[in-house]
Amino acid sequence: MLVEFFFCLRKHGLKSSISELLDLLAALEQEVISGQVEQFYHIAKLTLVKDESQYDRFDRAFADYFEGVEEVDLAQKIPSDWLERSIQRQLSDEEKAQLQRHGGLKELLDAFAERLAEQQKRHAGGNKWIGTGGSSAFGAYGYHPEGIRIGQHGSNQRRAVKVWDQREYRDLDSDEVINHRTIQMALRSLRRFARSGAELELDLAETIRATSAKAGWLDLQWQRERHNAIKVLILFDVGGSMDDYIYECQQLFAAARSEFKQLEFFYFHNCLYEQVWKHNSRRFNEKIPLAELINRFGRDYKLIFVGDATMGPYEITHPGGSVEHWNEQPAITTMQRALNHFSKSVWLNPQPFERWHWHPSIGLLQEIMGGRMYPLSIDGLNRAIRSLL
Amino acid sequence: MSFSSTSNYIVAPALQLAVNAAVTLQKPLLLKGEPGTGKTRLAEELAESLQAPLIRWQIKSTSKAQQGLYEYDAVSRLRDSQLGSDKVHDISNYIRPGKLWQAFTQAQRPVLLIDEIDKADIEFPNDLLHELDQMEFHVYETGEQIKAQQRPIVIITSNNEKELPDAFLRRCFFHYIQFPDPNTLAQIVQVHYPNIKQRLLDKALTAFFAVRDIPNIKKKPSTSELLDWLKLLLVEDIEPQQLDGPNASLPLLGALLKNEQDTQLVEKLAFISRRRD
Repeated sequence: MLVEFFFCLRKHGLKSSISELLDLLAALEQEVISGQVEQFYHIAKLTLVKDESQYDRFDRAFADYFEGVEEVDLAQKIPSDWLERSIQRQLSDEEKAQLQRHGGLKELLDAFAERLAEQQKRHAGGNKWIGTGGSSAFGAYGYHPEGIRIGQHGSNQRRAVKVWDQREYRDLDSDEVINHRTIQMALRSLRRFARSGAELELDLAETIRATSAKAGWLDLQWQRERHNAIKVLILFDVGGSMDDYIYECQQLFAAARSEFKQLEFFYFHNCLYEQVWKHNSRRFNEKIPLAELINRFGRDYKLIFVGDATMGPYEITHPGGSVEHWNEQPAITTMQRALNHFSKSVWLNPQPFERWHWHPSIGLLQEIMGGRMYPLSIDGLNRAIRSLL
Repeated sequence: MSFSSTSNYIVAPALQLAVNAAVTLQKPLLLKGEPGTGKTRLAEELAESLQAPLIRWQIKSTSKAQQGLYEYDAVSRLRDSQLGSDKVHDISNYIRPGKLWQAFTQAQRPVLLIDEIDKADIEFPNDLLHELDQMEFHVYETGEQIKAQQRPIVIITSNNEKELPDAFLRRCFFHYIQFPDPNTLAQIVQVHYPNIKQRLLDKALTAFFAVRDIPNIKKKPSTSELLDWLKLLLVEDIEPQQLDGPNASLPLLGALLKNEQDTQLVEKLAFISRRRD
C-alpha cells in the first residue's frame, strides 16, 4: 500500500498529502502503468510532487527507498562554470605554463572532476576539504579560499545510471535565480490597496444600486482608482564590498521602482550613521541628516536596508567607527533610532546565507534588527515581505 | 483511448504517461516548463487525437474566476429596460456562459485548456477549486445548477510566474516538461521540416545546444526558437558549413537569442576565444 514509501518521501521533506497518495493508488488500480519500476517512478512523481523544485528531493527519496542508498554525485555538484571562472581569475603566468603541460584548461578540468570522483571512493566515511591535496596539480591555485566540504555518502561504486539517479532537476532545487521578474513577483505581495485620486472608474455595483433606486433610470456612479498604498523607504549600502552585488541591487531597485508609487531611496556606506545621501556623485557635500529622514517620513513607511553588513564590528559598536568620517555616536545608536521610528523594517543581505556566520558584523546587525535580516534570494525576499506586512 | 506521438507532434514517454493518467483518472493536468516547449500545443494535439472539441481559456492578469463560469451583463439589461425591449423580463437573456460552462455542457467530452494560469491574480486558482473538483457550479441569478455531463479533460499551463496555492496543486497532476534531449529534438524537427537535409540538421542542432550550454545566458533558446531559426535557415538557403565556427558567427542568431545582453555575452565570449587562439 506504499505507506512506507510515502513516509520515506515525507522524511526527505516532501509535503505530499494523503489525498495525493490516494490518487497514486487510484492510478495504480486503474492500471495506467504496466508494472515497470520506471513507469512507477513517473506516475508517483506525477501524483505526489507538485513543484519542479521538489523533483530532486523526490529522486533522492525514491533512490533511498528502493535501494536504501543515498548517493550524491559530487563531481557534478560543483557547477563547472564556477570552477572555470575561479580558476581563470587566479592563474599566474607560472601556473599557466603548468596548465599547458597538463594539456590545457579543459583537460585539466576533466582530470579535476575525475580525481574528485575518485577521492569520494577512496575516502568513504570521512570528510575532506578540497584544496588540501598538497602535491596535486590542483592545489597550486588554491581552488577557492572558502573551500567546499564534501559529505561522504557510503563507498558505493557508481552503478549504471537510472532515471532517478541522473537527478536532472538538481539545478532547480537551489535558490531561484534572482532577476527583475522574480523580484517583482515577490514585491507584489507587498500590497495594500486604497482608493485615491480623481473619480474616474465606473462603480458598477453602486451604479446598479442607484439605478434600481431610481426605478430603472440609469444613474452612473464613479469611484476613485485603486492604488497600492504601501510606502517604502529603501536604504542602499554602496561601494566597497557591495560592488560584488551590483547586479542584484540593480534588479531589486528596478523592480521596486516599478512596483511602488511611493518609494524613496537613499544611500549609506557600510552601516547607517547620522547621515545618508541621495546622489552618489555628490555624496560628500549633499548629506541628509538622519533626523531629517525621521521627520520627513512617517512611521508607516516600510524601511528596507540593503547591504552586505560586512565590516569590522567596531564600525557598528564604537563612536568614530565609520571608515569615511568621524561619527559622534556609534552606528548601533543611529540604527536603533531609525528602527524605533519606523514600525516595520527589514535588512536584505545579498551575501549568500551560508557565509553569514563568518562575519561577526552580520551577527551583530542581525541582533540589532531583531532577527529581521534576510538573504537577498527569492525565498529571503518573500520572508522579508511577510514580516513587513 | 490512449494519447501518443502524432504525425506532427512528438511527445516524450513521461509526458505521454502523465496525459494518459490524467485522462483516465479525470484529474486536471498542470504543465510547467520553459517557455516554448509545447505546453499549449499539447492540449491542441490531445484534442485532435481524441477528436474532441478544444475549449481554450486564455488567462490574463485581469481574468477573474467568475468569468470562466458566467457573466451577468447588467449594463445591457439596464439599457434594454430603458429602451423598452421585451427581452428584459427574462434574466437568462443576460447570462453569458463562460468557458467552464461551455465545457460542462458539451455533448462530447471536451479538452479544456486553461492557458497560463499564473498570469492571473494570486487568488484566481483558489476561486476555481470547487468548480474543478466537483465540476459543477450554481448560477445565482437564475437559480440553476450547472453540472458537467462528463468531466472535461482539463489541461492547465503555467510559466511559473506565481506560486500556485497548495490546495489547488493537490487537486492536479503535475508534470514539468523537460527540455528534449538531442534525439527527441531531432525527431521534433523532422516532424516540422521533413525535407531538411540531414547534414544541415546535425550542424544546426550541435550549434543550438552549444548556445544553450553557454553559462549565465538569460533566456535559453527553446524548441520554438529552434524551429523558427531552422525555418529561416531553410528560407535563406544557408549551407551547412556556414554553421561551423564560433557561436557569435552563426547566421541569423537573432532568432535564437531574444535578449540583448545574451547577444553581447555570446559576442564577448567569441572575442575572448579569438584572442586566446
